[in-house]
Amino acid sequence: MKCHHCDSQATVHLTQIINGQMHKMDLCESCAQEKGVTSPDNLSIGSLLDDQPKMDASTASMTCESCGTTHQDFKKGGRLGCEACYHVFRPVLEPLLDGMHAGINHLGKVPTRSAGKKTVQDDEDALRKALQKAVEEENYEKAAELRDRLKKLHTQSSPTA
Amino acid sequence: MFHDLFFSKAKGRAPKPCPIALSTRVRLARNLREFPFPGRAQSGQKKAVLSKCMEALEKVKNLKTSTSVELDELSELDKQILVERHLISLELSQSDESGGLVLSDDRSCSVMVNEEDHLRIQVLSNGLNFDKVWKLADSLDSGIESSLDYAFDSQLGFLTACPTNLGTGMRASVMMHLPGLVMSKNMDKVINAVNHLGIAVRGLFGEGSDASGSIFQISNQQTLGESESAILERLQDTLENIVHQEKMAREKLMEDDGLRLVDKISRAIGTLKHSHLIQSSEAMDHLSLIRLAADFEFLPEKFRALADRMFIEVQPGHVQLSAGKPIEPGERDRLRADTLRKEFLRIPQLNLDAQVD
Repeated sequence: MKCHHCDSQATVHLTQIINGQMHKMDLCESCAQEKGVTSPDNLSIGSLLDDQPKMDASTASMTCESCGTTHQDFKKGGRLGCEACYHVFRPVLEPLLDGMHAGINHLGKVPTRSAGKKTVQDDEDALRKALQKAVEEENYEKAAELRDRLKKLHTQSSPTA
Repeated sequence: MFHDLFFSKAKGRAPKPCPIALSTRVRLARNLREFPFPGRAQSGQKKAVLSKCMEALEKVKNLKTSTSVELDELSELDKQILVERHLISLELSQSDESGGLVLSDDRSCSVMVNEEDHLRIQVLSNGLNFDKVWKLADSLDSGIESSLDYAFDSQLGFLTACPTNLGTGMRASVMMHLPGLVMSKNMDKVINAVNHLGIAVRGLFGEGSDASGSIFQISNQQTLGESESAILERLQDTLENIVHQEKMAREKLMEDDGLRLVDKISRAIGTLKHSHLIQSSEAMDHLSLIRLAADFEFLPEKFRALADRMFIEVQPGHVQLSAGKPIEPGERDRLRADTLRKEFLRIPQLNLDAQVD
């Protein structure tokens, strides 16, 4: 089997589901290295596919001032450089996340130290939205979990209640 | 040398045998606030992250009895052995500076520092046991977090260098032995079906590695938008389904052409007992058939454990470890064959009474 990018023998075979569609790609070792897909945890086939929406001038010039990562770096390697990158690149990241993950809101563990630093209101709004969506989708298991988290949030934010 | 210490502790701990599911692993990706991720960090920043993390890890209860090393202190062979045991990633083994590892003495917990993310917290266990492995990973993580500030966002969860790890930062995987599905040529169907459920199937050493020995690593692909327990539940359901399919495939192979299967197993035994040069992938394919024979009760139970141990010991780094020095591939093939001949010298005749006419 030949590499998608050059004529060498393909040794890395990627399969990923993006928006319910299966994408397959075969790469040789050196192209895989170059595209940053050498580690199993870093699948970023999205950035390898040629049919991705072309970026416009405003997103092309995006650069994270905190660590120097450019939009081009992100497109090429599929990795961000620091916490601030997630604010800078959010507009280009969000459409990608939608296809990559089960949802775009974190529903897992919350670190205790960081939890104190963010506003409770943000979290509550996000949870309420996610709950409403889960109910609309008739995903009651998820809805029950979200309801419990909302309850927990209330007891945390008003310890005297 | 590091590997002497490590290997002496490992000796005498035969893995608990388990049909189909060999081991369970949960890995959590975490980063410190205020430092660029390792891929973007300057040398000084990486050093600072390493010392901060090592200091924090010293205080963690689950890591009271553990070994800490900086990757620079390890030889190439030490690193290769750790990779073959899935205790560090290939990426960390190739890291140029300030990589760190804390490994608990029972080898169930390992924490990598300055890999793709600042912290990769990993818990390993034999057999299929998400409940136990997740609880331990969760408590390790909380222990570490009590003295470090993680990069976290209320919408996106734990922030990671690669957006594919966002949210929970959790990758849960199970190593499965699926010779029935491979021999009946059903593995592609299984891979396609589980891919649709957001679950990935890879070879023993991750992406791009082949499926030598019919061993596959099955893991969640998605980390954001679901809680840890929801991800694990979905994965568990899928794995149970795969176990069921594998059992059916084995039954069918035995029913349709049991003689061919027994012939294959016997030839594998012949090769393991009599070869003088053998490569790791060939050895693994034969060991896979030994494991299958133990599952069918053609061989005593202890041969499953032996196959599991040899899966690791036939790897290039481990062959060199037993030789006590780095050696060339051709010489490795000879040593590997020597070891296998010794281990399988007294293998009994297959007990076919119960299974085959």
